[in-house]
Amino acid sequence: MNITQTLDAKGFACPMPIVRTKKAIDTLNSGEILEVLVTDKGAINDFAAWSKAGSHTILEQKEVDGVIYFYIQKA
Amino acid sequence: MTVAKWTAADVARKVIDNQELFILDVRNADAFEDWKIDGHQFDYLNIPYFDLLDGVEEVLSEIPTNKDVLVVCAKEGSSIMIAEMLSEAGREVAYLEGGMKSWSMYLEPIKVGGLQNGGELYQFVRLGKGCLSYMVISEGEAALIDAVRFTEVFTKFAEEKNVIITHVFDTHLHADHISGGRQIAEVTGATYYLPEKDAKEVVFDYTKLEDGLTVQIGASKIDVGALYSPGHTIGSTSFVVDHKYLLTGDILFIDSIGRPDLAGLAEDWVGDLRETLYKRYRTLAKDLIVLPAHFMIIEELNEDGTVSKRLGDLFAENHGLNVEDEAIFRSMVTDNLPPQPNAYQEIRHVNMGKITPSDEEQTEMEIGPNRCAVR
Repeated sequence: MNITQTLDAKGFACPMPIVRTKKAIDTLNSGEILEVLVTDKGAINDFAAWSKAGSHTILEQKEVDGVIYFYIQKA
Repeated sequence: MTVAKWTAADVARKVIDNQELFILDVRNADAFEDWKIDGHQFDYLNIPYFDLLDGVEEVLSEIPTNKDVLVVCAKEGSSIMIAEMLSEAGREVAYLEGGMKSWSMYLEPIKVGGLQNGGELYQFVRLGKGCLSYMVISEGEAALIDAVRFTEVFTKFAEEKNVIITHVFDTHLHADHISGGRQIAEVTGATYYLPEKDAKEVVFDYTKLEDGLTVQIGASKIDVGALYSPGHTIGSTSFVVDHKYLLTGDILFIDSIGRPDLAGLAEDWVGDLRETLYKRYRTLAKDLIVLPAHFMIIEELNEDGTVSKRLGDLFAENHGLNVEDEAIFRSMVTDNLPPQPNAYQEIRHVNMGKITPSDEEQTEMEIGPNRCAVR
């Protein structure tokens, strides 16, 4: 996977992970991939719903040692 | 400009006092669809917070200016952000402290009525979760029935009333919420009762709650008598308090009846449920006031916020008590049951003492609506 940018949002609570992710996505071009690291479990549903609303694609999502990794392709 | 902060207790008052409120719920559509703050006169707008990150201008026209507006989210973070944005746009709004999480945890104690010689019966209404707990008070002593896990609410209330909790009962092994009964008994030195048939797998000491057991509370000897009434679980037991109140646990509700499937044995227990509702309860005095362990919908609340109704009225009006044909009854309570409560199997294991999750984890397990009834 060709990651364009990584956003470390570990330790942030809702709504900051989405707020930061939106800002980061806004700087990318269509088709580019953003890697986001979060620790807030509530982000799982929020990222799914937010991506869907903006037509972005979550290519992959995994959890390693309490850190959730999202790989989001900009619409 | 700062925004106002409301507690769950403030919102509970709005519900009980039948007030108007406009709720802007900024959770995901799925979460809102599944479970929200119910009020008799509440209006709602659900827009996820992430749809408003670029500004709230677009929704301003949908938010009234002539009534209180409360912004609600899961925990509180995004509701603060959106409330501040609305405030900057010139609107006066509040947010719910602790979000739906704190709403799920809040209990409002309401007096149901009096007992002999100054005794009192209190119902603790957990509006966000539909759970009802009870405290029977008489002359310095108290009995607790179906206490939820917020043990301090009960121990503090007993302190305020200057009474000692001597008996703690669970009508059955709960599957939809975590019981506080055992912990309260540990703290207060009270006896903790659980029906033996529901307690097969529990890993702690308890006293067997048996049919016909009567304990007496206070010097006036107010009776709390146990009545075996299986069907929701095999051990489900009701209580008759002071020959006046019938505490039905999860067997009979105001507008619905218990579901028999939460321990995985719907087919086996539907017969017991039928027997309890159509035979055992039929022999009781119609003037008993039914006090269930749950409510499902806000319409079940009385004007003072309590949940109760005369048994005779339920015989006449409750659909679940008026299905003549046993086969139809059977299919009603075993086919097409609503989704099960969140984490119900894990909750049963907590109540058996097999697992002890953190407070945070317990909150997560209990999130969502009450789902222990069949309508």
